[in-house]
Amino acid sequence: MDWMLIAELAVNGVFVGLMYALVSLGMVLIYKTSGIANLAQGAIAMTGGYVAWVLLAGLGAPVWLAIPGALVGMFAFGMLIERVALRRMIGQPVIMTIMLTLGIEIMLRGLLPGVFGASVKRLDIGIPQAPLFVADLLINRATLIGGGISLVLIVASLIFFNSRFGVVMRAVADDQTASWSVGIRVERAIAVAWGLGAVAATAAGILWGSTQGVDWSLSLLLIKALAIAILGGLDSIGGVLIAGVIVGVAESLATGVVDPLVGGGTRDIVAAVIILATLLFKPHGLFGREHIERV
Amino acid sequence: MFYRRAGLRHTRYQDERQLFPLAFDRGLVLTVLAFLIAAPLLLDRLWLTGYLLPWLIWTSAALGLNLLMGWAGQIHLGYGAVMGIGAYAGVHLVRFGVPLEIAMIAGGIMSAGIGTVFGAAALRMKGIYLAMATLAMQFIVDFVISHNAAISGGTLATLQVPAVRFLGVPLTSDWATYYFALFVCFVITLFMLNVKRTSFGRALAALREKDYAAQILGVSTFRYKLMAFWVSSFIGGVVGTVLAVAYLRAVSPDQFHLELSIQILAMIIVGGLGSVLGPFFGTALILFAPIVLNNLLGSVAATFGLDLPIDMRAHLPLLAYGLLVIGFLLYEPLGLAKLYANFRNYMLVWPFRHAQR
Repeated sequence: MDWMLIAELAVNGVFVGLMYALVSLGMVLIYKTSGIANLAQGAIAMTGGYVAWVLLAGLGAPVWLAIPGALVGMFAFGMLIERVALRRMIGQPVIMTIMLTLGIEIMLRGLLPGVFGASVKRLDIGIPQAPLFVADLLINRATLIGGGISLVLIVASLIFFNSRFGVVMRAVADDQTASWSVGIRVERAIAVAWGLGAVAATAAGILWGSTQGVDWSLSLLLIKALAIAILGGLDSIGGVLIAGVIVGVAESLATGVVDPLVGGGTRDIVAAVIILATLLFKPHGLFGREHIERV
Repeated sequence: MFYRRAGLRHTRYQDERQLFPLAFDRGLVLTVLAFLIAAPLLLDRLWLTGYLLPWLIWTSAALGLNLLMGWAGQIHLGYGAVMGIGAYAGVHLVRFGVPLEIAMIAGGIMSAGIGTVFGAAALRMKGIYLAMATLAMQFIVDFVISHNAAISGGTLATLQVPAVRFLGVPLTSDWATYYFALFVCFVITLFMLNVKRTSFGRALAALREKDYAAQILGVSTFRYKLMAFWVSSFIGGVVGTVLAVAYLRAVSPDQFHLELSIQILAMIIVGGLGSVLGPFFGTALILFAPIVLNNLLGSVAATFGLDLPIDMRAHLPLLAYGLLVIGFLLYEPLGLAKLYANFRNYMLVWPFRHAQR
C-alpha cells in the first residue's frame, strides 16, 4: 500500500467532503428551525445549478452578477416552497411532510431537465481546472477552491446563529409555541431558514456544476448530504463540518482502496453505509440533540 | 339513491360484519370482477398486456406497501429493493427447476427475511430516521445485487426467466399471464380487505396512531412492527416474482432501483394511505397519467405545429408524479379513495340530501 496515495486521497477527500457538507448545511438549517427533513435538498441544488447556467450561458450575464443573482433568486424560491407547500402541512404527520419534500424532489428532477434539455451543461465560473502539486501530493484545484468556499460559508452560518436573527431562529428551533408567545414571528423564521437552505444548496450546486457540469445527477448529492447531516446530527451545524470531512475522506479512500478489491462502485455505497451505521449505533449522530418523546 | 340503504335490516351478526353490507356495493364489486375475468374476451391484446397486466401487478405491490405505510404507519422508501430481492430469489429458483408456486413463496420468504432486517431499524427509530434508514438499505441492496455476479449474473447482465407453469398451466400466452396476475392480485386484495378486521390489523392501527400508547395498552410494538415488515415484505417478494415472471420476463438490477420505490410510494399517496381501494385508483393514475399526458401533448403539438422537445416528453412522467404527489398531499391527503368515499356518501342519500346526518 502506497502511503502517498492514501494521503493524496485523504486530502482530496477533505475538500470534496466540505463541498458535500454545503448541501447538508441547508438541510440542517431547515431541520433545526422547523423539524422537517428536506429530501428535496439535492434537487434544489440542481435547480440552483440550472439557474446559474441560465444566467451565465443563456442570458450572458458576467460571473460576478450571475452568481449573486442565482443566490438571490433561489433564496426567494426556497421561501416560496415553504410558503406554498410546507406551511400548509403544519400539524400533519411526519410521513406527510417527508412525502411532500420527496414530491418536490421528483417534480424538480422532471421539470428542469425537461425544460432545459437533459444534456450536461458546462458551467464555467472561472475556477481553474489545472491540478495543484503540494510536495508530491496532487490536489484537485477545483475541489480545493470549492471546499474552501464551503468552509467559509459554513463558518459564516455558525456566526450567523450568534447574530440577532440567528438567536431568533435558535429560539424557534427550541420551542415554537414559547417563541410565539414572546412575539417572535415563527413563520418568518422558518421561511428564512428555507431561503438560507436553498442558498446553501445553490452555492453547492454551482460549485459542483462547475466541476462536473449541470445535469440531473446533481440531485444525487441528496444521499451524500443525508449521510453528512445524519452523521453530524440533524440539528448541529458544527457537526456538518466534521461529518462532511469524515464522509468525504471515507468516500475517497473507498474509491481508491476498496474499489480494486470488489470491482468498483463503492463510491455510491459509502454514504448509504454511513447512514445505516449511524442510525443503528447512534441515531442522533455525533453532535445531535437527543430527542425525548412524551406520550 | 344508488347505494340504497333503505330496507336493509341486519338480523344476524354475520350480516352486519360482512365486507360489503350494501347490496349495491356487492353488485359493483362483482361487476368489476366479472369484467376483469372477461377482459381477455372483451379487450384486444394491447390493452390486456399493456395496461391491465401492469395495473394488476403494480396494484398488488402497492397494496403490500400500503399495509406497512397506511396501516402500521412505518415509512418505507426501499420497497423496490424488497421486490427486487423477491424477484431475484424467485427467478433463480425457477431457473433451478423449482416449480413456480414454491418459488413464489420462497421469494416472498426471502424478501420477508431481509425486509424484517429493515424493520429492525424501525424498532430503534421512526419518522424521518426510519425513512433515511430504509433509503440507505435501498442503495445497499441495489449494490449487493448488481455487484454480486452470483445473484445478478454480472453487472450489466439480465437473467432470462425460463418457461414456467402455474398450477399446471404454462404461462406463455397473454391470457395465462393475465389470469395469473389477476389471481395473485385477487388473493392479496382479499387478504387486505380482511386484515383490518383481525386483531393483527387492529394492533397495526394502534401502532400507527401512537406506538408508546399501544405498548401501554398491551400491544407489543416489538412484535407487531416486525410482523408488519414481515407481512408487507412477503407480499412485496411474491409480487416481485410475479412481476419478473409475468411482465418483465428478464430481470436486471436497474429494474428495482429507487425509481420503482418512488413510483409505488406515489401510487399509495395518490390512491390513499390506509385504504384498499386506493392503490387500485392510484396505480391507474400513476401508471397511465404520463402516457395519456404524453399522447395528449403529442397530439396538441401536432395540431398546432409546435415542436415539443424530446427531453420534455421524456421527463414528463417524473414531472407528473411529482405534481400528483404534491397536489394530493396538499389538497386531499387521503387520496383518490377519499374522493370516491365523498362521492359515495353523497350518493347514499341523493337526491334527498337533507336525510344525511
